[in-house]
Amino acid sequence: MKNTGIFLILTALVLWIALLFGNTYKLTPEILLETASQEHADLLRPKLEDLFDQEHSNVFSFSSSIKNAITEVNKELDAEGKSDQKIYDTYELSLTKAAGDGLVSNNKGLLFGLVFSLLVLGALMFILPDLNLLPGIKNDGIFHHPGTSVKWLGIILGALLIIFYILLYFFPHFIANWIIVLDPLSNFMNGNKASQWFLYGFLYTIAVLVMGIRMLVKYRHSKYQMIRTGSVMFFQLIFAFMIPEILTKLNMPSADLKNMWPLDYSFFFDYRIDQKIEAGTLGIFMFVWGIILFAVGVPVLTYFYGKRWYCSWVCGCGGLAETLGDPFRQLSNKSLKAWKIERWMIHAVLVFAVIMTIGVIYTYMSGNSAIFGVIDTGTLRYYYGFAIGSIFSGVVGTGFYPLMGNRVWCRFGCPLAAYLGIVQRFKSRFRITTNGGQCISCGNCSTYCEQGIDVRWYAQRGQDIVRSSCVGCGVCSAVCPRGVLNLENGPEASRNI
Amino acid sequence: MQIAIIGNGISGITAARYLRKDSDHEITVISSETDYFFSRTALMYIYMGHMNYEHTKPFEDWFWEKNKINLLNRHVEEVDFDHKNLRFSNGETFAYDKLILATGSSPNKFGWPGQDLRRVQGLYSYQDLEALQSYSDEIETAVIVGGGLIGIELAEMLKSKGKEVIFLVREASFWNMVLPKEESEMINQHILEHHIDLRLETEIAEILDDGQGNVKGVKLKDESIIDCQFVGLTVGVHPNISFLKDTKLATEKGILVNEFLETNIPDVYALGDCVQHQNPPPGRRPLEQIWYTGKIMGETIAKTILGDKTTYQPGVFYNSAKFLDIEYQTYGAVPATPEEGTEDFYWQSPVEHKLVRIHFKKDTKAVTGVNTFGIRMRQGIWQNWIEKETSVEEVLINLGKANFDPEFFKKHEQDIIEAYNEQYGASLKLKNKKTGLMAIFQ
Repeated sequence: MKNTGIFLILTALVLWIALLFGNTYKLTPEILLETASQEHADLLRPKLEDLFDQEHSNVFSFSSSIKNAITEVNKELDAEGKSDQKIYDTYELSLTKAAGDGLVSNNKGLLFGLVFSLLVLGALMFILPDLNLLPGIKNDGIFHHPGTSVKWLGIILGALLIIFYILLYFFPHFIANWIIVLDPLSNFMNGNKASQWFLYGFLYTIAVLVMGIRMLVKYRHSKYQMIRTGSVMFFQLIFAFMIPEILTKLNMPSADLKNMWPLDYSFFFDYRIDQKIEAGTLGIFMFVWGIILFAVGVPVLTYFYGKRWYCSWVCGCGGLAETLGDPFRQLSNKSLKAWKIERWMIHAVLVFAVIMTIGVIYTYMSGNSAIFGVIDTGTLRYYYGFAIGSIFSGVVGTGFYPLMGNRVWCRFGCPLAAYLGIVQRFKSRFRITTNGGQCISCGNCSTYCEQGIDVRWYAQRGQDIVRSSCVGCGVCSAVCPRGVLNLENGPEASRNI
Repeated sequence: MQIAIIGNGISGITAARYLRKDSDHEITVISSETDYFFSRTALMYIYMGHMNYEHTKPFEDWFWEKNKINLLNRHVEEVDFDHKNLRFSNGETFAYDKLILATGSSPNKFGWPGQDLRRVQGLYSYQDLEALQSYSDEIETAVIVGGGLIGIELAEMLKSKGKEVIFLVREASFWNMVLPKEESEMINQHILEHHIDLRLETEIAEILDDGQGNVKGVKLKDESIIDCQFVGLTVGVHPNISFLKDTKLATEKGILVNEFLETNIPDVYALGDCVQHQNPPPGRRPLEQIWYTGKIMGETIAKTILGDKTTYQPGVFYNSAKFLDIEYQTYGAVPATPEEGTEDFYWQSPVEHKLVRIHFKKDTKAVTGVNTFGIRMRQGIWQNWIEKETSVEEVLINLGKANFDPEFFKKHEQDIIEAYNEQYGASLKLKNKKTGLMAIFQ
């Protein structure tokens, strides 16, 4: 059964990759006019002349030609001193999608259904037989398996994830066919054709749900793990995926109401503020809600429960890490050196996020594009989005799961985690209690700490564990063979540190 | 001053760390087992693939140099107590001013024919693990001899790799010299649930040779033969002191020490598994091979050597283990069968492997100890109850305070107290039970 499951998953994967090559594209002047604005269409038409009315089968060269056309137009506009008319729309994706006219474009629903039913069915066939095992910790063979111990399979998985993120963020037009097959679902949910972000949200949700089921099966002896996993699955499906799409369908500003600044780094960007103001009462509510979340919610809830209330119960990044990433949690680096790097890095990102946001707000309020006339806030905003938003949180944060563990982003990069961590470390009732002298220094707790905390260091001294990075996943307590560790909230003064 | 410590297990290493904390003496830890301190208790997890060897080292490698603790990978062959000199197997010698012997244990072998064949071993040292790993693929069927903590671990290890495991236990029930009947039977049942072939009241007579020096089976006392490719000998351990026999050092089963962990020779101390206490602390056995007692001895000896002569005081007994999926903790004394003047209150879940036994004195009802299976309990709270001779009824109404299970786990205090009320005709009620909204803010 498990092997059949793997076979189905691999079939789905091969089919999914084959989709990239299974379409033809025929761009016509009409499509151009339907997709682009009138003036952009006029600018692009001469450059796209060669593509018109011809059938292309290679998505890479086809979409690249469109991209080149846009680049050329922009260069000419620069040269003519008309930089303000430059094209920033990603027509290379929308035109490629619209020009699609082959096997994939004509069988969207069928192909979508086929790939994802095979994938989900295969995954369930792989996961559910574990229900036959007795409940309890199931870590047998993790460091002997090529996928979970940075051997050949782990490296392949990591490479695939990294390539996926690079395509998604920087070359979405290359994966136009994947986005095309999601059009029907997108249209059903929000009334529009699918974007690359719809594709991402969909895949993300599937990953959290399917791997969440795996987590529920694996930890069915631990109610804490089951409820926590149920929570991240709920927040991903309802808050991150469905509500934003429904809001869009209702013509309201789309928002993931559980996401918050500074993780949601564009919260204070002009277009998002304007969008909310335009939407009236609901928009204003969303704006105020977003501020309450980080200004009141974080300190209050973190004081009572530690940062786990967010990081391992609610957060989307955390949700993916706790489900898709669970097989890789043991790969985090536990060395003191890694901890030092972590502290510098994560707090540097927090500072960067704060400065960038202050700059953006300053520009929004004052209209000046530079702080002190030196630092251009637009540039700041661009580099934050590129370096932190895309590269760090996506390419590195998730792509490196099979190489450096499932919390690379949460541990080294997330500015919200840094902020929550400061509260947890200095003003919180949360701690992991060590039970007297029962620790036998076996190292299971440290090994399975996804945040790379050397839990054993504290446990073997009989000390409680109070660390800013602890997301309270509770796995150290679950894997401890002697019942030494417990996540608890209690009077601050009773933290034995 | 040169302080030499033979053995880099938990006892020797703890002594070294505490000596370093409070002094600038030269400290040299000598071992031929591994270069660095690792946690012996985690050997099973390496074999099962839960961890790599690296993960079992409680301190990173730089720790020792930074703290100026010299680690020497040498095998001590002989100790010249008169000249305060060690002789290593490579012929080198090493002069010390003070010597700490922390040489640990060796697995018992009771003179069975064939006990030294290939693929016959105990599980104690890193070398034992290496040996097992080296021929693991040759094993289809394994026989484990001896029903104790290492036996069940070895059974779990081999089972995790899909081996057929036959578990031979001399007694009528698993570990029943320590565990009362109900506990022991629950574990018997759990062993069978894991498809480990538990055979009680079964002893081996001989281990059979395949003609090439490998084990090919065991012959039992009833003359029947079990074919197997591996025999695990887990019938206890004894102090690893053979190289110290026939010296001035006073030994019996272990190295004899007084309450300060001093041996009969000045400037020579011993601690951990290898010692035999001449006057064991109350409620303690002369030989007590437990992880945490090694730690306490290490701390104690460091103080004594640094001039603050300190008695070894391990306090209220406690221990813990995990039998496959069942966690076990014990605090205080719970004998396998109640002694004169004491009795047990015991509760067992009808549906899960959960069990609590509280041992107490008949006259004062003062609790002396607890066994808890499948429910984690707080050491500090129990220690206090036992030290203060708290009555069993007082303990039961406050039992929730001792609960150490993760949040949302099913609580059993109510079931337990109801069972007590029924058995003893009492009408106790749980105290401090928060209800409603306040329960959220525990």
